Amino acid sequence: MKILVCISHVPDTTSKINFTDNNTQFDTNGVQFVINPNDEFGLTRAMWFKEKQGASVDVVNVGGPETEPTLRKALAIGADNAIRVNTPAKDGFQVAKELAKVAQDGSYDLIIAGRESIDYNGGMVPGMLAAILKANFVNTCISLEVEGNEAKAVREIDGGKESVTASLPLVIGAQKGLVEESDLRIPNMRGIMMARKKPLNVVEPVDSNQATEVEKFEKPDAKGAVKLIDPDNLDELINLLHNEAKVI
Amino acid sequence: MSVLVYTESEEGKFKKAALEVASYAKEVAGMMGTTVTAVTFNAEDTADLGKHGVDKVLKVSNDKLNNFNAEAYADALTQAAEKEGAKVIILSQSANSKYLAPLLAVHLNAGYASNVMALPESTDPFTVKRTAFTNKAFSFTKFTTDVKIIGLSKNAFGLKENQGDAAVEDFNPELSSEDFSVNVTNVDKARDKVTIADAEIVVSGGRGMKGPENWGMLEELADTLGAATACSKPVSDMGWRPHSEHVGQTGKPVAANLYIAVGISGAIQHLAGVSASKTKVVINNDPEAPFFKAADYGIVGDAFEIVPKLNEKLKEFKAKNA
Repeated sequence: MKILVCISHVPDTTSKINFTDNNTQFDTNGVQFVINPNDEFGLTRAMWFKEKQGASVDVVNVGGPETEPTLRKALAIGADNAIRVNTPAKDGFQVAKELAKVAQDGSYDLIIAGRESIDYNGGMVPGMLAAILKANFVNTCISLEVEGNEAKAVREIDGGKESVTASLPLVIGAQKGLVEESDLRIPNMRGIMMARKKPLNVVEPVDSNQATEVEKFEKPDAKGAVKLIDPDNLDELINLLHNEAKVI
Repeated sequence: MSVLVYTESEEGKFKKAALEVASYAKEVAGMMGTTVTAVTFNAEDTADLGKHGVDKVLKVSNDKLNNFNAEAYADALTQAAEKEGAKVIILSQSANSKYLAPLLAVHLNAGYASNVMALPESTDPFTVKRTAFTNKAFSFTKFTTDVKIIGLSKNAFGLKENQGDAAVEDFNPELSSEDFSVNVTNVDKARDKVTIADAEIVVSGGRGMKGPENWGMLEELADTLGAATACSKPVSDMGWRPHSEHVGQTGKPVAANLYIAVGISGAIQHLAGVSASKTKVVINNDPEAPFFKAADYGIVGDAFEIVPKLNEKLKEFKAKNA
């Protein structure tokens, strides 16, 4: 089985978010970039398929040269090859088209992408990729088994879960639950050394059209001070929630 | 060229999110000088849609669509959009809507903006305000495509009643066998519980709850308030509560009207996940807990004493105001 894992290069979850150039650009100053957490769950599941079922695992990212350390990290975790599509990721549709080209060129059986990236939270790339490829698609995937050409998956739905079957080629939107948090891997020294020798191919983009453009960013207004309530006066809290906040 | 909305129903009844999408669409249609057309799947009584601004209902009745199916629903909505010449399509941000919207976007070669917070800033160019960086910022996003798809965040707009009757038209989209190539084999859904996705109030617990055996009091409080229960990341990592209840940057974002956090200190990732909620109440025995800086109301004290007392008082309040 040939697996492609799509990797988004995102600010660490602890990052403070700031903007530059008149609030039009994300300020990368002092920000640590990581593999998008939803992609990391997917990458870890791909490693399981590699180790237990002999799958090959390639990783791909759409982005400039600054994203290569993130791809190298994926190689250090155990991916076999990395591909970088040499264009900034500006819009989900544009990213999906670039990923689809890589997926078609490599004839992958299983394509794993995080359900959404934690920077732009678009939540569209896996579904768009599946639709462009005319492949089956399971979003918010929390369990995946593949036997031959058939996949059994579980997806999270509002208030529960749903089990599905689908044949390959398949695209999944991965998220927490697909593997246990404790199974996520930290690259070891051997992995890091080996990653240096693994291929990282740079390919040129095929389509630079965007469907959406960010005009500017804005930060939420600063919050007013908390109103502290005496634990012995819970009636006051109920009064405030009813009359002031009007939420009960 | 009406505004098209996907209105979700369950067992024939429209979800609140569907009525919110209809209310929002009515305003967008007003800005564009056009009407609202809703697509329904196996819903019988569509009167509620008319009351929330829908002018016309395209009613799909097909037993094969009793269970949600992203590909088939996206195919049906594509045909409805083409038939109506819809340039703007609006969905909610439920798990199902998030599943089908990207498929629909590719079918219609449309831009898609998810997590939209408010009415469009303008309709020419078509620009919307959406959350980004898991609620740590907003992005003003401009569409460059002819057809635009909007995913409206829950509780971002609210319900707005409009007196009106929707005209109903039967609609039979052509579906192919490929629409049914992902087969649902089992659905496991808690029917009697409020889900995080539908909840207007969420009661959430953290490590301060000391163990899964202490969740009973939070469930009772949630029950009194008609709320869903949720938890912080360490709680789901330790297996005290299921992953599906984990709220935060790598879990679920919550945009409730009221979020009550008990024994949660408020890590940056957790705060990002809840900051779209309107009112936040924090109960914690550590006055230095970072969550107090993000909260509207706070109580410093022992959750094990406060929560049962609060529950009793809320029951009395509910009884009086019923």
